This record gives sequence, structure tokens and C-alpha cells, in this order.
Amino acid sequence: MNTNLTESSSAPLAETPEEISRRRFFEKLSIALVGLCTAIVGVPLVGFIVAPFFRKLPEKWVTIGKPDDFQIGKTVAVTVIDPSSLPWAGVTAKSAVWLRRVSQDSFIAFSVNCTHLGCPVRWLEGAELFMCPCHGGVYYDDGTVAAGPPPRPLFRYDVRVENGEVQMRQAIVPISTTL
Amino acid sequence: MIKIFKIVWQWLDDRLGISVLLSPMKHIAPQDSKWWYVFGSATLVAFIVQVASGVALAFSYISSSSQAYETLLFITNNAPFGRFLRGLHYYGASAMVLMIGAHMAQTFLFGAYKFPREMTWTTGILLLAFTLGMGFTGQLLRWDSTAAWSVVVAAEQAGRIPIIGDWVARFILGGNTIGGATLSRFFAIHVFVLPGIMFAFIGLHLWLVLRHGISEPPVAGKPVDPATYRAEYEELLKKSGKPFWPDLAWRDVIVVTGLIIAIAVAAFFVGPPALDKPPDPSILAADPRPDWYLLWYFALLALIPAKIEGYVMIGFPILIGLLLLFVPIWNHKGERAASRRPWAIAVVCLSVIMIGGLWWEGQQSPWSPNFEAQPLSEKVVGATSGPVFKGGQLFHDKGCLNCHLIQGLGGRRGPDLTYIADTLTRDNMVIRIVNGGTNMPAFGPSLKPGELDDLVAFLETRKRPLRPQDRSPIAENQIFQ
Repeated sequence: MNTNLTESSSAPLAETPEEISRRRFFEKLSIALVGLCTAIVGVPLVGFIVAPFFRKLPEKWVTIGKPDDFQIGKTVAVTVIDPSSLPWAGVTAKSAVWLRRVSQDSFIAFSVNCTHLGCPVRWLEGAELFMCPCHGGVYYDDGTVAAGPPPRPLFRYDVRVENGEVQMRQAIVPISTTL
Repeated sequence: MIKIFKIVWQWLDDRLGISVLLSPMKHIAPQDSKWWYVFGSATLVAFIVQVASGVALAFSYISSSSQAYETLLFITNNAPFGRFLRGLHYYGASAMVLMIGAHMAQTFLFGAYKFPREMTWTTGILLLAFTLGMGFTGQLLRWDSTAAWSVVVAAEQAGRIPIIGDWVARFILGGNTIGGATLSRFFAIHVFVLPGIMFAFIGLHLWLVLRHGISEPPVAGKPVDPATYRAEYEELLKKSGKPFWPDLAWRDVIVVTGLIIAIAVAAFFVGPPALDKPPDPSILAADPRPDWYLLWYFALLALIPAKIEGYVMIGFPILIGLLLLFVPIWNHKGERAASRRPWAIAVVCLSVIMIGGLWWEGQQSPWSPNFEAQPLSEKVVGATSGPVFKGGQLFHDKGCLNCHLIQGLGGRRGPDLTYIADTLTRDNMVIRIVNGGTNMPAFGPSLKPGELDDLVAFLETRKRPLRPQDRSPIAENQIFQ
């Protein structure tokens, strides 16, 4: 029985021009509707997933302390809380920068991310070097590359002293697009 | 009772078609398919272990950046069988990577990727890529400090892709930095996207195995000729083929049983990988590195020249992927036996040596500074005061010990300086310290007056001790004078 069905369905049909036209119409209509359904569901879905591509970072200044919290000449790790973090970010809303008070009102904030692959660099006080644990990148105290594979100096963030507070522009992970 | 059971079974079988569904298990396969052919089944079973243990873990795991770490602590320390399940999932992943590697090597060495099984190989290569993707995303779900920093490393690597790199990096991070959107993204990929794709490809892979049959063991001097192969294969099956179940499958069952026991024993006695510190990006004492199956690539990136690194980072995986995918396209006929394809043996051996060697280097990570280096003892320094003593202290304080060894203590990033005075003169030492050298910072600007002299004084004492036979009478006299 099944064989007969298969045979009859695969046999050439004697179609009139009207039937052909009708069949082509429904074929095209069905394909168009499938396309429409895919778009109705797919566009918002893809948009939702790739939204981070287009999310613009608000230019926020974050207070990281008072000038007197930092000794002149010292480089210290400062924790920064992301002001635009999602409510469920927890500890991941935190990040850090290496902050150095150069003079009374002058500060430098280095990114903690090695420009090689983003690992957290550590400041060696005695050696006056930043060192990376991952692939051994080394930077001088001004952030320039001293040794190892980093392709560029450590990134710096803007810092200012405003209303008696040390503020820095929001810390993001700097991406080294070297190619 | 048995009669009722039979009636129920027959009714269910008639309505559900269970026997028909399982009939592929009895497909006819070459009878010589013996112990070399068990790796595919082992890979599949390892995948099933992953699905089962993963589903169980998902009952307690919360894919929130703020809570995942706590749920992992709960699973590991409090939940009944939680530690075992985490271990099962970790060693199951390791087993899957190992088995897929063995399956691939066997298929390659037996020339089983040749006509007509080219697409069976290709789908297998894609499954390897998805498996490694599962391994990496799975490591990130172990949401501790290492995982959080590994996300940054992944984003930085993606950032090297020309034109779209920055976008891909932001996509991985779920924004401009690690945060609330990061973990749930990897959870969705690890738990829904990749497994869904893998189910589809495993189905396709198995369908192709059934469609083209299990390849017969190769015979030297009997090359694959696409014009005649299918007829010869059919003839072979008619003459000496055996149903896969149960005539051939028992070997698979034995190996799979051994594999499950090995995974369970490792999970029970060794336990899952320990959790690092919490995923707090402000904790900078982190040393992110991938799990063992990607450690070799991590090592490769440390060892290649910096100038070509960006190209290798992006180009190497693409090149290897394309090579593997297209192997059966340009090499689809001819000899299958490894004895007639010495280059095939060489490729497998070199791959194993390369991956093994790089993995070993990755384990040692000699390029990483040793941040745990402790100050040298007075015994090692060889003085309790004076310039040599001060120099010994400076050797630690100035970070020299992070990268150099003294009598086995310190880092391995730079040369071992235990006997440096035997090879460098005082002037050479001064030049090297002040100006730096290949892969060494210049310390001139950061040394205070007198510190350079102390450092050199210490280094000048780093000499190989004289053996009695090396001491000449004149030298002995000079010492005693």
C-alpha cells in the first residue's frame, strides 16, 4: 500500500496551465510566509543576542577616593565599581586600576590588563615594574613595554581631581586590536 | 506474568516501532573491525556522561555572575554527590577529548576518511571543534577568578581578528567589561547552543556511518578505487560481515565500561578541579590558564615570536581546521594502509609530540615570572653583611629573583644565574643590568647609587666551586696567603 502511494506521488501529473500557475503561487506564498515567520522570530532574537555590539558606554566619571588617600610616588591597586553594572553582577561589577599619585594634583591610572592577552599585571614595588603572570610581559613604571610579548604599552585611563575627589573615567577592558 | 509482559511489549513495539528504531544496531559490519574500532563508541558514551552529569549539575547551578560561585561551593561541599558529579563532568570532558583524539588518529591512520566516507570525517572534525568549544565554555562556567580572567583572555584573543575583532570581543564579554551579562552568555552557549548543534551533528555522523558502513581494516597493496570500492565493500559484507550487535559491539561495551569506571574513580578519589578565588576582577593575584586540553595552545602563544603572534593566534586554528576539513578532498583514494603511508604516521606522531611537548611547556610555564619567590637565605647568599649580603637582598627586592634561578630558587623566565660569574665579567654584568637585554628590562634608571655595586658584588660570588683536582698548588698558596 505504501509502495503504491509512493509510486503515485512520484508519477508525473498531468497539469493544466491553471493548475501549474496555482501550484507555483502556493509554493511561492508558502516560502514567503516561512521567510516572514523566520524574520518575525529571528530578527528580535539575533538583535537581543548581539546587542552588546552596539551598547554604548556612558561616559561616566567614577570617584575612587580622596587625594590624601594616596601617597605621592606610590602605585597602588584601586578597586572601581562599575556604575552601569547590571543588578545581578555581584563581585563582577568590580574592577581595578593601578593608580599612581605623581604630584599634589596629578595622577596616572594604568589599566590592569596586559596588552598581550588581558591578564592582570602586578606592580612590583621594589623593581618598579609591572609584570604579567600569563606570558611574562614586563612594563616599566611609565607603562612602556620592558620585555616579553606585549605589543603596546599599558593603557591609561583619564583621571581628574574634582570637588576634592579623585575621579577616573569608567574602566573598560581595553582590547588590543593589533592586526 | 511473562505472557503479559510479552503482550505489552508487542503492543508498544507495534505502536512505537522500537525494534525498527534499534535495527541499525544490527547493521552488518566487517568482522575484522576489532579493538581499533572502539574509540567512536567511547567518545559517544563520554558525551552521554557529559549530558547526564551536566543536566544533574544544572539542578543546583545558578548561571548568575553574582551567585554561580556560591552555588559551585554548595555543589562541591554540601550537596550529596555534588563533588562526585563535578568530578564526573570534568573527567568526562577529559575522556571525551582523549577519545575523540584517539578516534581521529585511528581513522586517519586507517585511511578511513577516504572514499566514500569523506563527509563522515568532515562531520567528525566539526564535532572535535564543538567539543573543544564545550571544554572552553565549560571551564568558564567554573566561575572563579581563573574563569573570569579567562573570559578577558578570550576577548583579547578575539580582538585580534581583523575588522570585526572588537565586536566579537564585546560579544564575548557581554559588554565593555566583565559583568552581569558575561556568565549567562556562556551558560546559554554551553548548555543550549553547542549541545543542540552537537546532537544534530552526532546524528548526522552516525547516519553517515550507517550509510557508508564501518570501514574495513586496510590491507597494504589494496588501494581505494572510487569506481569499484562500493561493490567490493558489499561483496566483503556478504562474504564475512557480522551484525554489529552483538557480534562486534561487545568490545565497545568492554572499553566503554572501563572508561566509565576510570572516570568515576578519578571523580571519586581525585575530585573536581579546586575552585580558585571568587570571580572578582579587582583581585589581581590571578594566573589564568586553560584546562589541559587547551594548555598547549596557551604555551604556543608564549613561545612564538611576538611579531607573528597576532597572525598565529588567528591563522593557526583556521589553518589547522581547514587542513583537517579538506584532508579527504585531496586525498580521497589510493592506499589506506599506514604501512604504505609513512607521511600519515609522521603527521600523527609529530602532532602528538607537538601537542604533548607544548602541554609540558604549558605545565612548567618557564616564561612566567615566579611571584612566590622568597628572599634568599644567608646560606645561599653566602654572607651576613656587606655588599654581597645587600646585593643578595636586592636580587630579591628588585625582582631579579622572579625571573632568574639561584641554586634552584626563583623563576625560570631568564637564564639560571647560579654560576653567572663563570661566564660574565664584572663589566658585562654592569652593562646587562643597566641596559637590559633580550627580554630583560633595563634596571639602570631604577637603581639607587651603590645598589648596582652591591648587586654585582653578589653576582660575582656566583661561581662554580673548585673541585680539588682543579686547584693548582699556586692557587692553593694564593688562597692561604
